Amino acid sequence: MRIVVAMRQLADLVEELEVNDEGTDIDREFVKFVSNEWDEAALEEALTLKDELGATVTVVALDEPDVDQTLYAALAKGADRVVKLTGNDPDTWVRSRERAQRLASFLAGESFDLLLTGVQAADDLDGQLAGILGSLLEVPHAAVVVGVEGSDSKVRVIQEMGGGLLGVSELDLPAVLGIQAAKQTPRYAPISRIRQAMQTGEISEHEVELSDASAQVKVRRLYPPESTGAGATMLKGSPKEVAAEIIEIIKSKGLV
Amino acid sequence: MSVDVLVIAEAVAGEVPDVTYELLGKGRELSDGFSGELALVLAGEPSPQNLFGAADVLYSMSGMEAGYCAPQWEMSLGEVIRSAHPKVVLVSTGTVGIDLAGALATQFDGVLASYVIDAVMEGGSLVVTSQLYGGKLLSEVEIDSFPAVLSVVPGSFASDVGRVVGEPRREVIDVGGSLSSAKGIAIELREPDSSGVDITAAPLLVSVGRGIGSKENVELVAELAEAMKAPLSASRPVIDQGWLPKPHQVGKSGKKVKPTVYLAFGISGAPEHLEGMRSADVIIACNTDAKAPIFEVAHYGTTLDLFDLVPELTDQVGG
Amino acid sequence: MPVGGNKQAAGVTELAEAIVTSPLSGREWDVSGGSSRMLHSRVLTDYSASGFAKIAALEGGNSLEYCFGCGKCVPVCPVDLVSEYGPRKIHRAVQTGLDLFKSDELWKCTTCGNCLRVCPKEVNMIEVMPAVREVAMVEGTIPDELQQIMEKTFRYGNALGENPRRRPAWTKGAGVDVRVLASDPSPVDVLFYVEDYWSFHPRGQQAAQAFARIMTSLNVDFAILGAEEKTLGDSQRLAGEKGLFEALMEEVIDVLAKYQFNRIVTPDPHGFNALKKVYPKYGHTFEALHYSQLLAPLLEQIDFQGSLEATVTFHDPCYLGRHNGEYEAPRKIIEAIPGVKLLEMGRCRENSYCCGGGGGGMWLDGFNANHLSERLSERRVREAAATGADILAVACPYEVSRFEDAAKSTGNEGLRVMDIAEMVDIAMRGEDWRS
Ligand SMILES: Cc1cc2nc3c(=O)[nH]c(=O)nc-3n(C[C@H](O)[C@H](O)[C@H](O)COP(=O)(O)OP(=O)(O)OC[C@H]3O[C@@H](n4cnc5c(N)ncnc54)[C@H](O)[C@@H]3O)c2cc1C
Ligand code: SF4
Ligand code: SF4
Repeated sequence: MRIVVAMRQLADLVEELEVNDEGTDIDREFVKFVSNEWDEAALEEALTLKDELGATVTVVALDEPDVDQTLYAALAKGADRVVKLTGNDPDTWVRSRERAQRLASFLAGESFDLLLTGVQAADDLDGQLAGILGSLLEVPHAAVVVGVEGSDSKVRVIQEMGGGLLGVSELDLPAVLGIQAAKQTPRYAPISRIRQAMQTGEISEHEVELSDASAQVKVRRLYPPESTGAGATMLKGSPKEVAAEIIEIIKSKGLV
Repeated sequence: MSVDVLVIAEAVAGEVPDVTYELLGKGRELSDGFSGELALVLAGEPSPQNLFGAADVLYSMSGMEAGYCAPQWEMSLGEVIRSAHPKVVLVSTGTVGIDLAGALATQFDGVLASYVIDAVMEGGSLVVTSQLYGGKLLSEVEIDSFPAVLSVVPGSFASDVGRVVGEPRREVIDVGGSLSSAKGIAIELREPDSSGVDITAAPLLVSVGRGIGSKENVELVAELAEAMKAPLSASRPVIDQGWLPKPHQVGKSGKKVKPTVYLAFGISGAPEHLEGMRSADVIIACNTDAKAPIFEVAHYGTTLDLFDLVPELTDQVGG
Repeated sequence: MPVGGNKQAAGVTELAEAIVTSPLSGREWDVSGGSSRMLHSRVLTDYSASGFAKIAALEGGNSLEYCFGCGKCVPVCPVDLVSEYGPRKIHRAVQTGLDLFKSDELWKCTTCGNCLRVCPKEVNMIEVMPAVREVAMVEGTIPDELQQIMEKTFRYGNALGENPRRRPAWTKGAGVDVRVLASDPSPVDVLFYVEDYWSFHPRGQQAAQAFARIMTSLNVDFAILGAEEKTLGDSQRLAGEKGLFEALMEEVIDVLAKYQFNRIVTPDPHGFNALKKVYPKYGHTFEALHYSQLLAPLLEQIDFQGSLEATVTFHDPCYLGRHNGEYEAPRKIIEAIPGVKLLEMGRCRENSYCCGGGGGGMWLDGFNANHLSERLSERRVREAAATGADILAVACPYEVSRFEDAAKSTGNEGLRVMDIAEMVDIAMRGEDWRS
């Protein structure tokens, strides 16, 4: 089985994000970029499938800040090949539609059975990658995947449908899956191994030229939500009144 | 009149979720803005039959297989969209939305905004607000070319506006014939395995701390959790005492959870506990000590005695 | 002689024909076949020594098989008091087939060093355990809890996964100016290496603030690295992540090279141990002091405004006491505080009981819960409470959080846990420790 994992870098949410002068993107200059946590789950799922069924795992990512570190870590964890797609400006926001186009352009020349990626990323304003990519490549796709069982020509996927319900279906290969959770927590790559990968591993580069830009929404402004101020809003009243208020809050979130 | 707004009902297991009514309410407002019609698309027969009065048209896709298969849904919805050609498609950021919003937008060469929490008409354009970076930032986008797909965060709009008694015009679209060419089949819908609690997956958690005092008292909170259909979680002392098993522990040495709502009863908010739950969307804390550190991270708080509040909550949820 | 897995049974031969003659009576016995075995030196056949071969092949791993079973280590091992442990027991378990690399036993040792103190064969768990853990990590058997800590440390330079830019945030509440070298790089006498728990844990931050006030009142010329500081990562090393330790060290060395200072002072005995014992092995030598060592000689200069009327017992941190031989400095400080009466616990100084936080134990609370009848910190708190002391004084940033939690969970809420810097600060400012 040939598995490709699409990974990406994302501003670290531990940071206080600031907005750039134009007010249309985060200020990318001083933020730390880390790999998207769901992509880590996708990589883990790929490596588990490799352990179980035997597979080659190729990791591909766009040129984004500190992406090399993510790719070397992937090598250290057991990926067979890592590819960096160049041609985008590493210091600007690559929106999901464009990201999908760039990946699709690379995948056109790549034969694969499964493409795994994270179910979402925190800046997916233009939608989540798996669906867009599946549609561009005209192959079946599924997201919010929590279980993958592979065979030669089909893959059985388990999706979380909300309310704990699981949807099980079977897709033809090749297929694109957006991974919500891998079978186990992403494995650990000891730092010594990552450093070894940095010395001996190789990141192959592949340039992608995009001719036509995809449709995407125009960002008018990006801004922090009004802060509710530090500390909790205290609910006042009798147990009956407070209970009613609490239930209202929970209901407003679409729960209960 | 043409259909301007199409709402996708994510009624995968037959039941229409609350968010569909939220979308119907919002959809009504937007379609009135376009002065066009609002349509709802549903797999199979509607149930309940009579609460879709907000919509003008109801498409029911017949011939769908039971269960859920993304390629089949994509194909069927594609057919509906082709025949209705709406300006705006509304879906939620649940599984169906995450699966299909991007694919449909790509197929129809439309734009797509995800994580939407608000959408209003401004002249002929749509102004849409989305939550990015886990809610740390909001983005405002202007959409003036259609079709557009909006994938909406559940809980963003009121659902009662959309829950209107009435029966829209029915159109049955038989998708069964073409489904054989879909590149996938649905196998089954599996009920959640209730034996193993997974507190990390639940959208709502009822959590209890040492303030509960004894194992017998835990029962009180367990009743509330059951009434809310939420798993019970706990701080470490509750686990240490053997009042609840280890998989229920939240915190540094337990599970890291990120539910939509986290209810904390009798938990002081030690850093080791906060580490496991501080990224919940909404934290509601009940603690008799107004100075308890949990109130520094909670969004809502009360200093009522949990023994007064919990039974009241159970009553109101149950009733 | 035990050399790399050679502690094997010599081949057993059973002589087909064997006649033994009594040297006294001249009588003969026929012991042919199975019975002839007893004529050979006794051979243990109930185990294979192969378990030791893999361990002994590791750097630092060879001493485990030196054990000759005298048993001195077991009663002093803190883990054995709440479980079955100690080098002898591990040795025997490996002998009888335990795969230490895959076993939960691997993570229980806190590297407290008490066994090494008494072992006549110098079986050195402080070297054996990290070596085996390093391999276990590569093989993927690291407990989840610990894995998260390693990932956070690598990503953020601190074990708490906090935003590194918030490292100097504690200085705001200190009430005195704390110089950050990045904004004022002129030479300084004392580089105050705050380390993780004083930088980020709310209770640690209070101690850091107290210490900054003390240094200011003593006119010590000090400064911090602020956001440029990264953990020295000694506990990560002992938990098996030597590669991470080395990566951190390179970054630390680069940052330190930018500034001029005379000595490094840190509250963290683990960091202190790294600077004093491990950095020199890599060719990096600094004058490093534990904060108690800086304060002890300066105490006469402190103008105490009040007294701290309390009985106090002191917990010796393993990495200050046993590992680095410093037992006096913290005691001098405690005894210099007016009003304080020091009560020693039964286990103190060289034989101090470990709090359970060392060698990665700080981050294995959930993992170890299944294996220990009680947390080490809880056992220690009960010992402290038994002295009747009002205050349990500590000199390691891991401990305030560990012992406060343990005091609650053992029903000893009345026992206050305080850092010695907090105690000095309170008496110096004439405040009431009870408030
Ligand atoms: C290494 C380490 C790891 C740890 N890991 C974890 C972990 O994973 N998870 C975890 O939770 N803790 C963990 N802890 C423990 C943590 O430090 C705290 O001790 C613990 O979280 C406290 O739990 P609590 O809030 O339930 O209890 P307490 O701190 O005792 O708080 C009880 C609260 O209940 C309130 N209360 C009492 N009665 C009532 C009433 N009738 N109505 C309303 N409120 C009431 C009180 O005001 C008080 O604030 C860890 C500690 C250490 C040292
Ligand atoms: S170092 Fe401490 S914990 Fe480890 S075996 Fe020796 S005595 Fe026990
Ligand atoms: S003290 Fe040393 S020789 Fe004696 S039993 Fe323990 S490890 Fe073995």
